[in-house]
Amino acid sequence: MTETNPRFFRHGPSLLARLVFFVMLSLVLMAADARFKYLLEIRQAFSTVIYPLQKLANVPGTIYDGVSEFFFSGHLADENIHLKQQHLVDRGQLQQLGALEAENAQLRKLLEATQRVESKAVMAEILHVPRDPFNRKVMLDKGSQSGVQPGQVVVDDIGVVGQITREYPWASEVTLITDKDHSVPVQVVRNGLRSVISGTGKDAMLELRYLAVNTDIQEGDSLVTSGIDGVYPPGLPVAVVSKIERNSTYVFARVTCTPVAGVGHNRQLLILSTLTPVTEIPAEAFELKPESRKREKGGVR
Amino acid sequence: MAFADHPKHEILRPVRGSLIVISLMVTLLLNLMPLKGIALALWPDFVALAILYWCISQPQRVGISVAFGMGLLMDFGDASTFGQHALAYSIMAFVALLFHRRLSNFELLKQAPQIGLILLLGQFVILLTGLLDGSHFPGWNFFLASVTGTLLWPFFSSLLRIPQKPRFESDAR
Repeated sequence: MTETNPRFFRHGPSLLARLVFFVMLSLVLMAADARFKYLLEIRQAFSTVIYPLQKLANVPGTIYDGVSEFFFSGHLADENIHLKQQHLVDRGQLQQLGALEAENAQLRKLLEATQRVESKAVMAEILHVPRDPFNRKVMLDKGSQSGVQPGQVVVDDIGVVGQITREYPWASEVTLITDKDHSVPVQVVRNGLRSVISGTGKDAMLELRYLAVNTDIQEGDSLVTSGIDGVYPPGLPVAVVSKIERNSTYVFARVTCTPVAGVGHNRQLLILSTLTPVTEIPAEAFELKPESRKREKGGVR
Repeated sequence: MAFADHPKHEILRPVRGSLIVISLMVTLLLNLMPLKGIALALWPDFVALAILYWCISQPQRVGISVAFGMGLLMDFGDASTFGQHALAYSIMAFVALLFHRRLSNFELLKQAPQIGLILLLGQFVILLTGLLDGSHFPGWNFFLASVTGTLLWPFFSSLLRIPQKPRFESDAR
């Protein structure tokens, strides 16, 4: 095809050469990004280009919200009554909580255990939900300028949503718990059974892998974070067991769970800004098992 | 007459560089819209449409390198693996450049199915990279974006042609 062009009209290398060059370049980029995580600086440079566009893309949604609020404010009175009732209930529970917290601190002091750090939270709004069907991620409108760090936990009013995986100056990327590469250490509330829950890459579906067929777990069991990983604070609701398939020909049961938090329902999320203190692991433990150190480094995904 | 049914081409004014840049930015904006559910599944890849349009009508100015750059921006916006969209857009631009003479002979309505095939090819490349990265097959409605892109192509390209229409007032003077 290109051979039909007159020679003196040609510019630069041929079409095929250019294609091969850019295909190789993108393959190298993909390998560098997926396997070695080298490209954070380049990503941050791109974020400054695309952040104004993302903000601008949100304008119609914000205007719609504002306008609908203005015209349909009739239900505000109802909402107010409801919120007052809710406030009363919450106050009652909060008083109990205060007493329990004081008692807990007292008991922990007696046991000389480490104090649980009270976590502060940063409120953030969902800036953008990517259209990529291969990963479950959202972008939030708070970044390293607001003190957001990778590894912090993101929750909504009901439970765990995900974890910050990349931070940019004014935005941050949250990997949802439903992402196929994401796992959360959990505990069954009913009997304290510990396990790790993993995302499946599908919406509203989580999986408990490697649970033996005869494990004591029931449909409807609620799962909360166990806190033993040092990343997720203990006691945050994560999921409810929705379906268990016990087939005695397999070693493990298939346990499917539904996450309790919904990212689709609300625009506001909370970033818990304090990480729980990790208990120091003695250095000998690393020297004995060198591969465990590697796993620690690549842990946040 | 062999050329009797050949579509009569309007002679368009030369394209300003600013129109290309603005159209690419606006389509990027459209791709970054916060959408959910069925709207997200049906939302076509506007950036790909704009790249294909410019590759066909202005092959000297918009080529594989522009497609690659837009792909990188899209990768950032989608928080996907770096280079995924860049690869797909480069290949789509290559096919469009290869056939740009043939494609520009057709009317917009007859171009649409051929553009649809190129869009499908691009989505297939994205799907392949996603599967190689260890993802599940996202379901057949993943390809719906190509279908809506095909249906939208005549409107989209006639919209981009409006600023290039010759101005008759200036001729009268």
